Amino acid sequence: MTRKQKRLALLAGVFAVAAGGVALVLTALGQSVAYFYTPADLSRLAAPPSGLIRLGGLVEAGSVEYAEGGAAVRFVVIDEFARTPVFYRGPLPDLFREGQGVVTQGRLVDGRLEASEVLAKHDETYMPKEVADALKEQGRWKEEGGAYKP
Amino acid sequence: MVTEYANPEKFSRLARPFIPALGAMSVLLFTAGLYYALFNSPADYQQGETVRIMYVHVPAAWMALFCYAAMAGASAAGFIWKHPLADVAAKATAPIGAVFTALALVTGSLWGKPMWGTWWAWDARLTSVLILFFLYLGYIAIWETVEERARAARLAAIVAIVGAVNLPVVKFSVDWWNSLHQPASVFRAGGPTIHESMRPPLFFMAFAYMTTYGALLLVSMRAELAARRLARLETLATEKISGVRPE
Repeated sequence: MTRKQKRLALLAGVFAVAAGGVALVLTALGQSVAYFYTPADLSRLAAPPSGLIRLGGLVEAGSVEYAEGGAAVRFVVIDEFARTPVFYRGPLPDLFREGQGVVTQGRLVDGRLEASEVLAKHDETYMPKEVADALKEQGRWKEEGGAYKP
Repeated sequence: MVTEYANPEKFSRLARPFIPALGAMSVLLFTAGLYYALFNSPADYQQGETVRIMYVHVPAAWMALFCYAAMAGASAAGFIWKHPLADVAAKATAPIGAVFTALALVTGSLWGKPMWGTWWAWDARLTSVLILFFLYLGYIAIWETVEERARAARLAAIVAIVGAVNLPVVKFSVDWWNSLHQPASVFRAGGPTIHESMRPPLFFMAFAYMTTYGALLLVSMRAELAARRLARLETLATEKISGVRPE
């Protein structure tokens, strides 16, 4: 091997070891690298997690109910397979609405998430309002579609 | 062809006219990009006017990844083939890439507060970009602290290559894990999900950043080469005066 080839091999080796190490660590961490559980993730767990967890999904259409004179809100987070009710007292982000993706943080109490934080999750679709309206008019609008896909 | 431009003096001479050319293009592209981004593009159907932050944020994030890839590539080329300009290019790229990364982090945070409801979240995308920023700082720190240039270049190259593992993690973090950050809108399978009326400001800004990077890179490389030449001349002058070789 020439010195050039040795240096190439050394650098390739260093990269391979680093990449392998990171891949192993990330695989081992698995779900804990994910920012939130989906309702389906929760339903698959043998025991509901204790302590603070994050739950992400879509706010089910028609599920939002304000309580305590608007200071608190009840809604249901859904994905394709499961649904989890949420109770939250506090300010909501601008993008919070039915059919919108959310990430909530809190504790599971009897299958209901007592949330201490509600974040709106934005999707990857960007379009002007006129285009969104036109799509709706033409019936090509996917209500929960452009948004978050679990 | 590569070795033909390896001569630092020749490179400096050839690079010189590109600096004002790239600088002028950068000014024009920024003018067009910011005009489209701030005045001549529609508000988003959900985000409203806040979408305009995206035109600064998204290309900055692209450049953060691009500059790191360029830096790691040049570092590796310097390490393996000892090309005299490769390390100079890698060293010059680091602070520029770090600034793009910081810009992406700050504008992302400014967007996150009104849209998500938080300045920061430890999700996989945000965290991996923060790590990218620290990798840039570490790379710069090596060049600043290791005195002997050849040794600094070798150490920096290894750090850059190890850190390159983070690039696919940044890019695919939003696909591999549930994250608060939305998935890619432009470079994704199945075509862009960003309406065509919102693409011109994005691409003008991307090319504006690109030409800015080009101009700053050449300025910084020429400065580095001039500094090295000066150091060489000073050593020679000291030898002549004292008649001894300094250690």
